[in-house]
Amino acid sequence: MLSKVAERLYWTARYIERVENTARLVSVYDKLLFDLPKDINIGWYNLVVLNSATELFEDRYKVQDERNVVKFMLADDTNPSSMLTALKMVRENIRTSRDVVPAETWELINEVYLYAKNNIQLGINRSRRHDYLSEVIKGCQMLSGLLYGTMSHDAGWQFMKLGRDLERADMTTRILDAGAFGLLQANGDASVNLRQIVWGNVLRSASAYMSYRRTLKGAVYGPDVANFMLEDPHFPRAFQFCLMQMDVAAAKLPKNDAVRKVIKAIKPEPRLAEEDTDLGQPFRDYLNDLQVQLGELHEAIAATWFPVP
Amino acid sequence: MDWKRYEPQDFFDELVTPAGNPRLPAKRLISYLGSLSEDEVESRRQMAEATIQEMGVSFTVYTEEGNIDRAWPFDIIPRTISAKQWAKTAAGLKQRLKALNLFIDDLYHDQKIIKDGIVPEHLVTNSKNFRPECVGVSPPFGVWAHICGTDLVRDSDGEFYVLEDNLRVPSGVSYMLENRAITKRVLPELFENDRILPVDDYCSNLFDTLVSLSPRKVKKPVVVVLTPGIFNSAYFEHAFLAQQMGVELVEGSDLVVNDDDCVYMRTISGLERVDVIYRRIDDLFLDPEVFRKDSVLGVPGLMRAWQKGNVGLANAPGAGVADDKVVYAYVPDIIRYYLNEEPIIPNVKTFLCEDPEQREYVLENLDKLVVKPANESGGYGMLVGPHSTKKDQAAFAKLIKENPRNYIAQPTLALSTAPTMVEKNALEPRHLDLRPFILQGEDIYVTTGGLTRVAMRKGSLVVNSSQGGGSKDTWIVETGEA
Repeated sequence: MLSKVAERLYWTARYIERVENTARLVSVYDKLLFDLPKDINIGWYNLVVLNSATELFEDRYKVQDERNVVKFMLADDTNPSSMLTALKMVRENIRTSRDVVPAETWELINEVYLYAKNNIQLGINRSRRHDYLSEVIKGCQMLSGLLYGTMSHDAGWQFMKLGRDLERADMTTRILDAGAFGLLQANGDASVNLRQIVWGNVLRSASAYMSYRRTLKGAVYGPDVANFMLEDPHFPRAFQFCLMQMDVAAAKLPKNDAVRKVIKAIKPEPRLAEEDTDLGQPFRDYLNDLQVQLGELHEAIAATWFPVP
Repeated sequence: MDWKRYEPQDFFDELVTPAGNPRLPAKRLISYLGSLSEDEVESRRQMAEATIQEMGVSFTVYTEEGNIDRAWPFDIIPRTISAKQWAKTAAGLKQRLKALNLFIDDLYHDQKIIKDGIVPEHLVTNSKNFRPECVGVSPPFGVWAHICGTDLVRDSDGEFYVLEDNLRVPSGVSYMLENRAITKRVLPELFENDRILPVDDYCSNLFDTLVSLSPRKVKKPVVVVLTPGIFNSAYFEHAFLAQQMGVELVEGSDLVVNDDDCVYMRTISGLERVDVIYRRIDDLFLDPEVFRKDSVLGVPGLMRAWQKGNVGLANAPGAGVADDKVVYAYVPDIIRYYLNEEPIIPNVKTFLCEDPEQREYVLENLDKLVVKPANESGGYGMLVGPHSTKKDQAAFAKLIKENPRNYIAQPTLALSTAPTMVEKNALEPRHLDLRPFILQGEDIYVTTGGLTRVAMRKGSLVVNSSQGGGSKDTWIVETGEA
């Protein structure tokens, strides 16, 4: 397999994952904000913070209100992580790897892209936002399903898995960070009720609510949520699970030593959080650390298999 | 849909006789479309449009404001040709490509045809596309042009004429295949009853042709398609063909020529030997060591590898020497010379501006002739006499006098027409041509039909998609004639 093609497939999967995650986040935030008491200081702007995009946002917008944040997250073409930008990147990458993905992939991405682009106003206005985002999420899932079911699970597939799971692991740390950051903003006097709302929504952002309840057989409790999202060996969006999958994928590729070494070096600390107070600033720093390590993993993947720039 | 309202004009119409009756191969098509209501036809047309969007069938137009990706313009009413007539045409196309390949091989070796006085020497010495680097090279089977797109037109007498041969990097075949895919979705009922010959064996024939060029006699030679990249107007086609053949689509930067003068591609496991390259970039960009030094599209050392016989290149460098509108005028003689046969498909009458007598005639009749530069493609730099102003004609007269060898002229053909939907439920005749594709390696093959291109503007004769042309599916129909 060509190095260039490997790189494009890796990014195709990363961007599909990013589109789905972004749509999911905005959709969950919508519901979260309805549930919060009026005097609680958690706002739409959190979404910008958790995507490490504050500077980019300030360049474009003055007011940190719902409309601007949603526009920035979904439609803004200056934001490289906005849903439409990411979707466009999926399309570009599939367009340039049409010779290796199943033929229907190209038709499907066109369909999803055209829908998302032509109806973007539905996403920005509130009244039909949920329907719109569900459509986009469904589109991403169809793409993933199509690839899973019809693409040869050869080297190209392993690169897609690497891309998908790396993006997923990264998003999981960001979703957790959003929860921690939100509660810190509530200045420590967050009630049990508020904590439950926030951590419940953290789970929902990752579609993890049901799995969490079934695995823990207990209430939504911040430290348990954090540990579940980081360490659970079965839930596909848990950080540890993603790492395991990346190791399995890397093992099937040639010249994998360096990359597997980096994967094995990333280890979430077991039972990191016991109390609510364990989820403060040090926890946020720790999550940030994991993101940096994922960045290093990406570098190792690129250096091993992708074309020399 | 009301066929009675369709009025073919004074041209040969592909579907309808002058009296307004359907031609034999179009009979079922016309009666079926006639049975559909206007709304139904309109909904089929919209379905075609949506299908094209979803299939992402597009081409790139270069404009001053940048490159625009346009949806492929498609007319849902197919163009029909009887299988009997096609068999004769296909034989003519094979004959022509065989002769052209013998001609190219001769030019790069003994130049017997020049010594025997059949074609003038300046045909080689003045040609922009003659490559001295190719002299003495002997590609497999003596074949240089492996993939040829020949443009055919039908004149008012109903006969096919060759308008030009494209021997460099002809494009359009993917659109021929996609047109059929679209029609099958939009008018599926017709494929049940009519005997429409399939077109989809092209890609496997292309693959076999390429494999036959492999220098290594291994079971599975490594074939790749070399594209200039995503910004090329035919990128869609490059990706399509690579995908259909199941081979890698590479850019110059993916390939490297090593000290052993073999070509390799950069893969995730290291370098892998490449046997055959279907290159979709022009000669001059192929190898910066030999041709344009500033080319970043090509591969340094590629010519070296090819000259040593370590890699197959399709089409071979230098094949374009026969893709020249002056050479075109000599093709009937070339066929007689090498094959000792009469040409099956005639040429269009061609005036060579380099000949003083013929030039005189051209200059006096600029308002009636089509003037073409010898080495351009895509319909650029042409003068269509009857549609030109006095000012255009004066400009061309000057160009011709300055560089007579660079121009040829042909009478304005009464190009055939076919019914085309110009707006909702309005059928009007539009001019069209046909580009079949011919493959030659170990074997020789012709597509079943080809790509029909339509000049969508009323009265226009320019069918190039870069200049507002559209296209139709082309049906070769078994009519049961003996």
